[in-house]
Amino acid sequence: MAAISLRQVVKRYGSGATANPVIHGVDAEITDGEFVVIVGPSGCGKSTLLRMVAGLEAITDGEIAIGGRVVNDVEPSERDIAMVFQNYALYPHFNVFGNMAYGLRIRKLPEAEVKARVEKAARTLELSHLLDRKPRQLSGGQRQRVAMGRAIVRQPQVFLFDEPLSNLDAKLRAQTRLEIQKLHGELGVTSLFVTHDQVEAMTLAQRMIVMNAGRIEQIGTPEQVYGQPQTTFVASFIGSPPMNLLAGTAEGSGFTVGEQVLALPSPAPRAGALLLGLRPEHAQLTEREGEGWPFAVDLLEMLGAERLVYGRLGGSAFTLRIDGTLVPPKAGSTLRLTAPSQRLHWFDPATGQRVEA
Amino acid sequence: MQRRVVFPHKLLPWLLLAPQLVVTLVFFYWPGGQALYMSVLQQDPFGANVQFVGLENFRLVFADEGYLQAFWRTLYFSFAVTVLAMVPALVLAVMADRVVRGSVAYTTAMLIPYAIAPAVAGVLWLFMFNPSIGVLAWWLKALGVDWNPTLDGSDAMWLVILASAWKQVAYNFLFFLAGLQSIPKSLLEAAAIDGARPMRRFWTIVFPLLSPTTFFLLVVGLVYAFFDTFGVISAVTQGGPAAATETLVYKVYKDGVHNLDLGGSAAQSVVLMLMVVALTVLQFRFVERRVHYA
Amino acid sequence: MITAGTSSASPDPLRPGLAWLAHAVLWLGIAVTAFPLYIAFVASTLTAPDVAQAPMPILPGAHGVDTYRTILLQGLQGTYLSPPVWQMMWNSLLMALIITAGKIALSLLSAYAIVFFQFPGRMVAFWLIFLTLMLPVEVRILPTYEVVSDLGLINTMTGLTLPLIASATGTLLFRQFFLTIPDELVEAARIDGAGPLRFFKDVVLPLSATNIAALSVILFIYGWNQYLWPLLITTDNRLDTIVVGITKMIGTGDATTDWPQVMGTTLLAVLPPALVVVLMRRWFVKGLVDSEK
Repeated sequence: MAAISLRQVVKRYGSGATANPVIHGVDAEITDGEFVVIVGPSGCGKSTLLRMVAGLEAITDGEIAIGGRVVNDVEPSERDIAMVFQNYALYPHFNVFGNMAYGLRIRKLPEAEVKARVEKAARTLELSHLLDRKPRQLSGGQRQRVAMGRAIVRQPQVFLFDEPLSNLDAKLRAQTRLEIQKLHGELGVTSLFVTHDQVEAMTLAQRMIVMNAGRIEQIGTPEQVYGQPQTTFVASFIGSPPMNLLAGTAEGSGFTVGEQVLALPSPAPRAGALLLGLRPEHAQLTEREGEGWPFAVDLLEMLGAERLVYGRLGGSAFTLRIDGTLVPPKAGSTLRLTAPSQRLHWFDPATGQRVEA
Repeated sequence: MQRRVVFPHKLLPWLLLAPQLVVTLVFFYWPGGQALYMSVLQQDPFGANVQFVGLENFRLVFADEGYLQAFWRTLYFSFAVTVLAMVPALVLAVMADRVVRGSVAYTTAMLIPYAIAPAVAGVLWLFMFNPSIGVLAWWLKALGVDWNPTLDGSDAMWLVILASAWKQVAYNFLFFLAGLQSIPKSLLEAAAIDGARPMRRFWTIVFPLLSPTTFFLLVVGLVYAFFDTFGVISAVTQGGPAAATETLVYKVYKDGVHNLDLGGSAAQSVVLMLMVVALTVLQFRFVERRVHYA
Repeated sequence: MITAGTSSASPDPLRPGLAWLAHAVLWLGIAVTAFPLYIAFVASTLTAPDVAQAPMPILPGAHGVDTYRTILLQGLQGTYLSPPVWQMMWNSLLMALIITAGKIALSLLSAYAIVFFQFPGRMVAFWLIFLTLMLPVEVRILPTYEVVSDLGLINTMTGLTLPLIASATGTLLFRQFFLTIPDELVEAARIDGAGPLRFFKDVVLPLSATNIAALSVILFIYGWNQYLWPLLITTDNRLDTIVVGITKMIGTGDATTDWPQVMGTTLLAVLPPALVVVLMRRWFVKGLVDSEK
């Protein structure tokens, strides 16, 4: 187990004038035994970053250290890491035992030790009855477990996961998520997990690194990232449905959106143009006349335990989430909304950065 | 053309390539270069008197009546072999595609001529058509045909054509069958429902869909007829009688090895090389497209 | 891909009764294919005078055993003093096996180098190898002879096989296959600690097994059936391959030739490659179809 340090890591493809930078100077510190999830949309560079930690991509600039040792020029097999791939990457001609044993045999471990480790991992992952099978005889979920088994037997300092759940169906994904959590509880190995799915990120992470277009937007615990998003990107990426962002002008205790002046529970952090963020689940309905913001209802979506109400606030699109058991509002009607001040988020419209009150 | 993930080593790949490159350089490029070189030289058989003559050898070759005749003869021979090898193959493939039982046995039996060397195929046919003792020769004579490939040039030509085609049918059969089996049955069923009778279905659906295969086999067949049939001609007629079956490739051999006209033979080799290159380019250009079809 | 065994053929939905016609045509095809071989067989079981007297009987005789024993153990003793046929078959076998093994080994290594590495000169090497497909040996026959002669390899098995190993048939095939190996497999192996040679031995080779089998069948037949090159390169009769031997046996191709013996030899020449085709049909078909892509 070891800590991972990323210092000013840069990745560029090509060189000179036609160089294409995909990662622009990333810093992060991951402590020993931590389970960190790198999350972001497709193309944000998260897989590239992971592969640089693995040693499968060269580091253009900056440093990556594992367990205190700078590994920029160290071969993947020397970094004491193990990786679980999205497409499993199992050797088709080896059986399950052979797949898990391969890395150990290359390292010339005594066969008795190899056998012991493989059988132990197989028990943990419930693969003991499949050790003789070839990958093509296994289901997707079983193959993924074999891939994890291959990583576990290496007893590495760091586990790297590259979107391992993306090829599984929804039910299997939820199940495997729990298994990964359980595994981390048992083994406690430092883990770096890449995904584009914010639900996976929220449920698995002890801390999250939110990435966008080659940069880190925010690093924090799920609570921090959810409750205190530092940028509009993080605010709208985390949480489903996404946070509502209203563009308007603040003045005193009022915030003008379109033609509508919304009364604020406490003054905005500053006057002038701002973005107001409010999550669909944090807006509350109020019955009292004269209070609240007028919300024009357009469409409804019934989800079961909850209902989504799509409409407009001051002309801007706004989504509201209410209890599914309540009487559904009618399309075309107007509801009145309030929100406590601690649920209001403020962002600079030009930079997207959070503005603190 | 290149994988995304590669090993970083720079010296190792050269070591891996070395054996093949060495063999290729020594036994392909060096002789190839020599052929080019010899084609612009005039030398006596003992290599004593060597003279650079530029394109003179080529001029002589093209001026040689014998060469031009060999050229046309080769074209005639090649087309005859190719057509004779393709039409029966197509018919047989269509039949084999239709039978449900025994198709493995039929296919296996039909493929055996592929395993026979052209020279040996030539010997087998020579034996059957030998004017004095050949079984089929006797039948021909009984039918009133005056058959003598040792004296009559066109008889000899037919003998080598038949022997060559007989061997090539197997290859064409294989590819036609594969092509037929890749045509979706639903297309033919839809056509049948539309009212198309079998012959119409064949000409309007099957044959057009087979056209990539057909074209491919045509090109391969021409290359086969140009070169691989050397064994047949050498074993059966030695280019005779009176050069009646002397194709271009045989002429290269005869002029070089028997007549010891090194410059002329080399020049002919070069011309043949260019023709092959053209055919191969044609084949590759075309195979690319065939892959897209599939 | 051909699945001749599982041909869910296209029984004509409108005319199921015509299946008999298909069978008839196929039998005709097989008859034409088999006829020359059958005649050869019959001839090999008759006596020489029987054969020389036209028309030759169409049914087999009783002298087969004698003939085959003679040719196998003593060879022909006509104008061409052939070695015993078993020896010629041995020459052919050796040559075919060496060519097969040689071409496959060289192609595997070269294809691996070209596909799995990025290095300066890679494309040059590729084209150098690829161009060899363009020129069959007949076209460069004389200079190649000179080279082999200069190297002192006339009348040697080395000289017989090496020049034929020079062309790139297998390299292109293996290259195509290697390109389909998933990137992640290479990466997983890299993390497991396998270097390029280890990866080749442990992963690439086993995965290539089917392709190697298919190509072996094709190359064996190619090697066994070589004619022009062995003809030129050997002056010592003892090195004659069976294919070359047969053509020498014909002599002037008339009645003085011992036809039963020649035909017997011919059948023996056809037997091994035919067996290979029959027994390894699946691989043979795959090999042919793949190598033409």
